[in-house]
Amino acid sequence: MNELAETQGGFYTEDMTISVGPQHPSTHGVLRFVVKTDGEVISEAIPDVGYLHRSIEKIGEKVTYHGYVPYTDRADYLAAMFANQAFCLAAEKLAGTEVTRRGEFCRVIACELNRIASHLISVGTFGQDIGAMTPFVHALRERETINNLMEEICGARLTYNYIRIGGVGYDILPETCARILEFLDHFEPIVAEFNRLLSGNKIFIERLAGVAVVSKEDAFSYNLVGPNLRGSGIKWDIRRDIPYSVYPELEFEVPIGTAHVGSLGDSFDRYWVRIREMQESCKILRQCLKMMPKGPAISKVPRKFRPPAGECYARVEAPRGDMGFYVVSDGSEYPYRVRIRTGSYTAMSIIDKLSKGIMVADLIALIGSLDVDAPEIDR
Amino acid sequence: MDAKEIYAALEQKFPGKVGDFKGEVLEPYLTVDGAAIVDVCRFLRDDPTVRFEVLSDLTALDWPKEEKIQVVYHLFSYTFNHQIVLKVDLPRDLPKVASVEGVWKVANWFEREVYDLFGVIFDGHSDLRRIMLPEDWTGYPLRKDYVEQEEYDGISTQRAPLVEKLLR
Repeated sequence: MNELAETQGGFYTEDMTISVGPQHPSTHGVLRFVVKTDGEVISEAIPDVGYLHRSIEKIGEKVTYHGYVPYTDRADYLAAMFANQAFCLAAEKLAGTEVTRRGEFCRVIACELNRIASHLISVGTFGQDIGAMTPFVHALRERETINNLMEEICGARLTYNYIRIGGVGYDILPETCARILEFLDHFEPIVAEFNRLLSGNKIFIERLAGVAVVSKEDAFSYNLVGPNLRGSGIKWDIRRDIPYSVYPELEFEVPIGTAHVGSLGDSFDRYWVRIREMQESCKILRQCLKMMPKGPAISKVPRKFRPPAGECYARVEAPRGDMGFYVVSDGSEYPYRVRIRTGSYTAMSIIDKLSKGIMVADLIALIGSLDVDAPEIDR
Repeated sequence: MDAKEIYAALEQKFPGKVGDFKGEVLEPYLTVDGAAIVDVCRFLRDDPTVRFEVLSDLTALDWPKEEKIQVVYHLFSYTFNHQIVLKVDLPRDLPKVASVEGVWKVANWFEREVYDLFGVIFDGHSDLRRIMLPEDWTGYPLRKDYVEQEEYDGISTQRAPLVEKLLR
């Protein structure tokens, strides 16, 4: 150091290594970054994950197929419905189980409600990270209504265990359908209000426009999925492109990043995709409520569920993108291996690259814009 | 392109290196010789007729009876909307395969996880450390014969049954 001091006329700065997290409000759960900074500029941010590792994959080898569904809830507790569905899809494909038509609609309704709830958390906490407290409270108020609806549908507010192999656990009652419609009538104008409050806010835009741009090549190479991928201008949605459930019958748009205020693939684009996805989800919900046929909500599935030996990789479009369940069966009652591939895991791996040369405050914006969710990373 | 055509293209390009193709299953897969995996992956990514832009997933399967660990690569192409599964068989006592980090950056983290939980060593990986578990953890939990260590850092990993605790 003395040598350095001499060459710089007695003054020098040292690189600083600081630890962000694991209990930092902006880290959305328990994750940690080892940040090397030169003043305010980050030279390296190394993610340190694993604090929430609950070995959900290993548990999968110890419990039966039916018994594993509640465990999948815990993979991503903000969007439990999607993990339920992905696992059930994989199991159904393996065994060739049919899902009743009403069951499919119940699934889509529950999933899209869950997507809105998850995106509300995402954009709400994002605003809070940037320093806007009010929108967070507004977002949570709306989410609370969805939680109430979820409670009506399946009895749980967070970890649903609603989607079962062959259909859904409980039918959605006509009263609940009416209440969902009521919620949609109320919620659609709220999105516009939210835009006036946050999306159009000059400070918010200045903080995000042009920050942490993800190019198309990087998005592919790091396998970003969901809104993060679409934010970089790639029109790709599993609901549309590898259709499952009743999505082919429904009409909806796939919003992509448009360089609305900054450059294509910046933090604002990713945020803006989420806002518009909530509107699309509302559209899907309205169609489903209209089209839902009468009938049983779940098909007859043997209690001893033994799919033939084989393997299956099922994907669903979760709020954090492509969620894949790779299930291998050896013909017994227990899965031989369950692998959960989540969007947050790959999104987390790109932070190391994107954080080089940005400001400390921008790192917080970057984490928020990627919508990484600690339980989903660690599983 | 369907899996059969992809396999045919690969067989033509890498004779003897690919084989054991299964096309009549839910997820068509083929086995690749471990020594050729990087070349095969690079070909699959860059060839204009297949264009597998992304590595959707990389994981492993443990087969103690066959004395092998299988590394499984799920490839996907946005351009053509097709997919293929590659498998590499490795010996269970010293599983070692070249890293595909140079082809898809995301492999860095996927391979770290497989190293952490299965003990597969990826040659040429830039940063092969444990990712989920602490650095000083012993054993590879997702192997079928894994036995949990009784204590870690002086903390017991077992929990006494509740009844026993109450009786004490």
